[in-house]
Amino acid sequence: MRPLSVEPDSTQEKFLNRRHQVGRLWQALFLFSILVGIITLATLLFTIFNQSLGYVAIENKVDPASLSARPLEKLNKAELLTILEANLSKARLRQLNADIPLEERSTVDLYDIVIERIVDPVIVSTWSFSESLFTKPAILQEIAAKYPTARLEFKIWLNWRFITQAMSSRAELAGVRSALAGSMLLILFTILIAFPIGVGAAIYLEEYANHQSRLNRLIQTNIDNLAGVPSIVYGILGLAIFVRTLAPITSGQFLGIGADNGRTILSASLTMALLILPVLIINAQEAIRAVPGSLRQASYGLGATQWQTIWHHVLPVALPGIFTGTILAVSRAMGETAPLIIVGASTFISQSPSGPFSMFTALPIQIYNWTTRPQDQFRNIAAAAILVLLIALLSLNAIAILLRNRFTKKL
Amino acid sequence: METQLQPITTATPPVEMKTRLKKRRRLSERVIQGFLLLCGVISILTTLGIVFELGKESLLFFTSPQVNLWEFLTTTRWQPTIGEFGVLPLVNATLMTSFFAMLIALPLGLGSAIYLSEYATPKARSILKPILEVLAGIPTVVYGYFALTFMTPLLRGIFGQDTVEVYNTLSAGLVMGIMILPLVSSMSEDALSAVPRALKEAAYGLGATRLETAIKVVVPAALSGIIAAFILAVSRAVGETMIVAVAAGSGPAFTFNPFHSAETMTGYIARISGGDLAYDSPDYNSIFAIGLLLFTLTLFLNMVSRRLVRRFREVYE
Repeated sequence: MRPLSVEPDSTQEKFLNRRHQVGRLWQALFLFSILVGIITLATLLFTIFNQSLGYVAIENKVDPASLSARPLEKLNKAELLTILEANLSKARLRQLNADIPLEERSTVDLYDIVIERIVDPVIVSTWSFSESLFTKPAILQEIAAKYPTARLEFKIWLNWRFITQAMSSRAELAGVRSALAGSMLLILFTILIAFPIGVGAAIYLEEYANHQSRLNRLIQTNIDNLAGVPSIVYGILGLAIFVRTLAPITSGQFLGIGADNGRTILSASLTMALLILPVLIINAQEAIRAVPGSLRQASYGLGATQWQTIWHHVLPVALPGIFTGTILAVSRAMGETAPLIIVGASTFISQSPSGPFSMFTALPIQIYNWTTRPQDQFRNIAAAAILVLLIALLSLNAIAILLRNRFTKKL
Repeated sequence: METQLQPITTATPPVEMKTRLKKRRRLSERVIQGFLLLCGVISILTTLGIVFELGKESLLFFTSPQVNLWEFLTTTRWQPTIGEFGVLPLVNATLMTSFFAMLIALPLGLGSAIYLSEYATPKARSILKPILEVLAGIPTVVYGYFALTFMTPLLRGIFGQDTVEVYNTLSAGLVMGIMILPLVSSMSEDALSAVPRALKEAAYGLGATRLETAIKVVVPAALSGIIAAFILAVSRAVGETMIVAVAAGSGPAFTFNPFHSAETMTGYIARISGGDLAYDSPDYNSIFAIGLLLFTLTLFLNMVSRRLVRRFREVYE
């Protein structure tokens, strides 16, 4: 070996500097990898936000000014009624009366009918938020050239009406009420089915199973492998078993009620339950494993049986962790689309589902359906529906985090 | 467990009381244990159900007069309406989208993992990692929307409206890569942080820089875990449905052009079953045959990945 010199060798120093330079370059590259992910996330969220509000050009079939001298929203019930009677065909009036007699309807309701049936505003073009913000003159020019009778309006697509309104084939009238109700019911039944089975399986594997036994090893390996099966395969399984083979049960015909085929909430919930079970079991197993063994020993020491120990001592401590894991699994189910397409959630359901045996639609299905339509307005309401879905997921995850924090404090 | 259950008694209780206690408790405990075992067995039933249903309907598909297994695997036209069943266009499209996804997810995922485990301060890590994890929590249909409304227009802007079709495999693949990035990153990071400290300190002690330690010592030591992450990522990409259903196009096409539309296996299943589907038609049976192909492929990849993960755990734990 060369003796170390006090004066650093200049070539050696150069070499060292170079190594450090390369090190810094790569460090920057590694950081860049993360930043790409984060920037994409930001872009994704911005794209959705950007599409969910902006200018729209609206053309009225009938000019509201020709119906009444005063603005329509200021009219009282009687005035609205005269407008309706003057402008709607006899058949249409009879139809509306058969539904609920016009005299008994509220002013707001009548106003909605006047707008929908007579004024009939049609959105002819839409712009995103950023376009609305930066290119307003160009938009005004375009409207003047293409749609001379249209008026420009700033529309926030995600509004109360959008959440409470039922489906419609026209984007500006469509809402997500039935889809939201469908998703909620779907999640509810999925939890009811998957939670007891998942927690039961986790208890068995952690507390009872002898890990040498071949059956138990098979169950564990199997669960791990099922967690990686693509969701669409579960959809195919659900179609074959729940929708088709078990149609008399899942359609509710065995009770004499329900739909005429198996494409119901129950089928979809069963499919979703199978889909989230592996993840739910794995999460619950971790929660149960985290319970200190001394707790069990103390319980046995006092003469409790194994089930008494589990029920009174292990489960109460593991429960927050199990809940957290369940919520995370369920939030996956909430965003899943592919299995629902396969088991046949319908896209055009205007009524909210009433129980496990009704046909249904769900938020992700609606998003998919609207995204694949060519018209711009549907892009806008798809973005609004995505915001609803993301907010729902965010609240679910917030609950999970709250539970997790409480859990960590306790131990 | 059994031995812990035996009550420790110094004085022997009367014989009849002992048996009574034993019997009653054992019975209810047995029932509960049996029920819990049943819960576990449901997972096995699920697998059997998948294999049975996919197998049964696939068998119907392959035994139908129009279909021939050899042609299924080797010909390049998929048009069920005129009786042409060559699965290669669908497989090819799946491979293409997965390839683009891997092009994004593998380098960026590994880069992120190295940064998080070797460079980031604990504080930076506690901020960066959760943000990356948000990417994993976004529903895939939202990524599909993103691919169609952002990525495709971007690609069309860069390469020209005429070269890039509205639906194309590149856009779907790239967005899928971003979706899979957190999976690669978190699994690789687990593998990297499982490498014993002693190895790293030895490298530093020999005068290696941070980069040299990371690339020449930590990454090779964690290699089986990293490869496991890569394989699982491939499996995820192959099975991904919504992004390709929205952005890659609907219509089987045998093309290697990333700017052209082509339907993947999962996209085909989603489109066919989305419409009104008559049971026992070749269309209906074909989704099971393709499903079986998909299931076999992903199951194989998952098992290889799991085995690799177990190996690196055994080495260091």
